[in-house]
Amino acid sequence: MEFRDNKAIYLQIAEYVCEHILLGKWKADEKVPSVRELAVEMEVNPNTVMRTYELLQNKNIINNKRGIGFFVEEGAIDNVKNYRKQQFIIDELPVVFRNIYLLDISFDELENQYKTFVKENFNA
Amino acid sequence: MININNLNFGYSKHKPLFKNMSMRLSNGHIYGLLGKNGAGKSSLLKNLAGLVYAQSGTLDVMGFNPAKRQPALLEQICFIPEEFYLPSVKIDAYLKANAPFYKNFDHQYFATLLKEFDIPASNKLIEMSYGQKKKFIIAFGLATQAKLVIMDEPTNGLDIPSKAQFRKIMASAMTDERCIIISTHQVRDLDNLIDTVIMLDENDVALKASVEEITAKLTFKKVKEVDDSIFYAEPSLSGYNAVMPNYHHEESKLDMELLFNAILAEKIKFKPLFS
Repeated sequence: MEFRDNKAIYLQIAEYVCEHILLGKWKADEKVPSVRELAVEMEVNPNTVMRTYELLQNKNIINNKRGIGFFVEEGAIDNVKNYRKQQFIIDELPVVFRNIYLLDISFDELENQYKTFVKENFNA
Repeated sequence: MININNLNFGYSKHKPLFKNMSMRLSNGHIYGLLGKNGAGKSSLLKNLAGLVYAQSGTLDVMGFNPAKRQPALLEQICFIPEEFYLPSVKIDAYLKANAPFYKNFDHQYFATLLKEFDIPASNKLIEMSYGQKKKFIIAFGLATQAKLVIMDEPTNGLDIPSKAQFRKIMASAMTDERCIIISTHQVRDLDNLIDTVIMLDENDVALKASVEEITAKLTFKKVKEVDDSIFYAEPSLSGYNAVMPNYHHEESKLDMELLFNAILAEKIKFKPLFS
């Protein structure tokens, strides 16, 4: 995975896991990769993935079945959305707003762009 | 795992390399050992492996003094030096001669590692390239199942795919029982593998802190202008890459190269944060 420079690695891995859950690749009650498996895939220290999994447990996105592994929580999708929404509003929206303001982009134009984007990327 | 107490060491009496150095290292970590050329990274590693001797002070590695070179300790140490010699034999002959020194040597794991590194098992050691030799000794070292893994510039000479392979192998080799110490100048190759940074400078440990602790206390980010709150900054394309105290609990990504330069340049500013 390509990591960005501006955010802690454990949070970027949390985003990766959340993305998989939102896109339905990892479903409720299914097992997620073990700490070691994900560390190998991401080429990072297993302690970093452990930190990610602790965070996601606190957010009720995954749970730890002792001795078996980590599983996607029942209501994970809602919890991911809540968590990601907060993150998005705090971290990313100000940057987007700033550009919208500076470039004088109208909400109508924005809406059209948004609809096209959703159509092209998610077929919705 | 490792306890260093008031270590004094140097290659000549008049030029000490370490003065009263003390440090504790525990298992379950990958330590990144950083320092300028000549700061003593390789010498510290050699002290731990019993390849050189302290002038005074004590070194305790898993309950042993490494200077005594007892087999019970040496079979638990895997040392990958920067410069190494390999005899003119094939891989299986090398294994036959050397693997028996390590009672936990895992032949199957060794074969897997060779395969992952793309090295044909029938190769003669001296006919291989430097990078292939390096991958061979890394595979041998890890297959010993040693609890203390010491690597001096392991990514030197590895090609781009091998570096990624190396990171994957190290991520899977890190267990709660193992202590892994990697010295490197190529921090960009390894920065996501390292969980604790040890920096040597001016005959002592200039910094020893986990990535979590460092990023809790410091923030690394791009800024447009440099002001007094910034400890250290380097010009970049769109402003400056800066290090400053983490006033607002930001979760930034540790920039190990920037931290390294910052500590060399502004050691006094960082000292109160990490004592």
